[in-house]
Amino acid sequence: MTERILTARMDAHPSDSNTIARYEDTGGYQALRKALTSMAPQEVIDEVKSSNMRGRGGAGFPTGVKWGFLADASPRYLVVNCDESEPGTFNDRQLTERDPHQLLEGIIVSSYALGVDHAFVYIRGEYPKAARRLMAAVKEAESAGYLGDDILGSGFSLTVTLHLGGGAYICGEETALLNSLEGRRGEPRLKPPFPAIEGLYAKPTIVNNVESISNIPWITMNGGAAYAAIGPERSAGTKMMSISGHVKRPGNHEIVMGMTWRDFIYDLGGGIRDDKELKCWIPGGASSPWFVPSVHLDTPLTIDDVAANGSMIGAGAVVVMDETTNVVAAAHSIVRFFAHESCGQCTPCREGTSWLQDILERILSGKGRPQDLDLMLDVSDNISPGLTWPPAMTTICPLGPSATAPVASIMRWFRPEVEAMIGEKAAHV
Amino acid sequence: MSNPIAHWSPVGQERAKEVLGQYPEKRSAVMPLLYLASIEHAFVSDEAMREVAELTGITPAQVQSVASFYSMFKRESVGRYLVSVCTSISCHLLGGDQVFGAVEDASGVQHGATGDDGTFTVEHVECIGACGGAPAVQVNYELVEGVTPDKAKALIAWLKDTAPEVVLADEMQHLFGGQRSFDWGPTEAEGAVGPVPAFGPFGSAKEGR
Repeated sequence: MTERILTARMDAHPSDSNTIARYEDTGGYQALRKALTSMAPQEVIDEVKSSNMRGRGGAGFPTGVKWGFLADASPRYLVVNCDESEPGTFNDRQLTERDPHQLLEGIIVSSYALGVDHAFVYIRGEYPKAARRLMAAVKEAESAGYLGDDILGSGFSLTVTLHLGGGAYICGEETALLNSLEGRRGEPRLKPPFPAIEGLYAKPTIVNNVESISNIPWITMNGGAAYAAIGPERSAGTKMMSISGHVKRPGNHEIVMGMTWRDFIYDLGGGIRDDKELKCWIPGGASSPWFVPSVHLDTPLTIDDVAANGSMIGAGAVVVMDETTNVVAAAHSIVRFFAHESCGQCTPCREGTSWLQDILERILSGKGRPQDLDLMLDVSDNISPGLTWPPAMTTICPLGPSATAPVASIMRWFRPEVEAMIGEKAAHV
Repeated sequence: MSNPIAHWSPVGQERAKEVLGQYPEKRSAVMPLLYLASIEHAFVSDEAMREVAELTGITPAQVQSVASFYSMFKRESVGRYLVSVCTSISCHLLGGDQVFGAVEDASGVQHGATGDDGTFTVEHVECIGACGGAPAVQVNYELVEGVTPDKAKALIAWLKDTAPEVVLADEMQHLFGGQRSFDWGPTEAEGAVGPVPAFGPFGSAKEGR
């Protein structure tokens, strides 16, 4: 099946898929016309509900259900999360740079459905090109009457504000993002209250990912049922997957879920570079527990099958490692990431991630002690008791527990390799 | 009330006003104002934070709490070219650490430091969303993908020798890049004029300005 919702335009028109002329020429802004002229806001929400689309930001919560929680108070806000920062993920960047009008039309239709007159897009600071392309799209859409006051004579008005982040992964967590947008430190909030009740400026707020919102024009045009008919029942629609690491063809692929990991890595990813052996892969970004070929190669790539195997698809970031990989160094890179990005509010995360980084550095430097293996597991267990997945939480947000995923993974699948590094004199850093 | 940014450039003052008008609450403008102040003061100085505090009606300490949280607000002087090398997992697997070493060697500047002549600030950074084009480097947040240690050395030499006024991602990618995460689409003539992300009000310019 070669169903393509999000990437057909950019692939067919690489030189100008970001312009309004090309967008309109290929069916763009028809969903907005349809919604404003023939659909009540609730009808749009109903289509999104019946699409069964699960939020593409990582948690996989059904978008339509989330929309249904929006409290009936005013003003209310839509905030689009383009703070894509999970190591291994780069598909929101592509959607925003290459088809910004698709995202913008999704924002306008969603705002109409949700009764929002001011929407924000939080774009990570390291994505200036994406921000520039989206800003150009906003200006084009304003000139064309798709954005601003009294859109297409419907009486519906919308302002879209782009907000640049400051280089903090944690702001991808929706409540941290809201704090950041309010001009505060990007520290996650305790939930409840959920943003749909008390979000931006303590007003009802929907926070959705770029990929989720980019699907809204198609769902509005073609109906929720048509979207739900694509792919497995509980992994409906298409999914943007990023693949990187030791593969011949890194990149983004818009897939219909349900294929095996073998097909994904060896067919779409082109197989392992230099025809080496596959050692392991990360199925859903740095936060997710690793998969290994002896167990998971024929597991179907669906949200639920990956979850049933103790991991997650997350935002769709696959990182492939070949037989030459030093898994301790790889785990160290990921743990260092989480230690660097910990916001510092919760002790288990703030202290634990740094401890894990220190222990891994000790092992890599050849000064590892036999007790370091159990110490790593003990520290991990204090961040996330039981080291299960989905993780048990001792913290406000899942960042800390995510840092235990690479540690638990190397201890589960590659313990002899880690043990072999203990007492070795050679430095591995 | 006196204007706390009367000494800013006219364009900086205009942009600050624009940014403050974009949000329902003024405090939301803290981050964009910090970027603007970075251009006016070369970095987020104490004075810059006092100015942003006055503009947004919060205390300088509150502004500092924000500025210190985010890695892109630099609290010390930054070189003309901020060179950021990704060493997160995908870049790590494909030689990002070696690229970083090459950048340090070629520039003579270590992680987190600025060279004596003020040309380069060098840092290794966490994931910049270029995993399909690993290893990746940014110069003033403009991207180059598919970099090798040799290409990184050449990039540093080129920045030193040609001293481009506007740093353009497409130009650097053409000269020093390789594998990309995806087709970038049409060539862009807009780039960065300083170590601040080149976006709308914050320090972007067209080539040849």
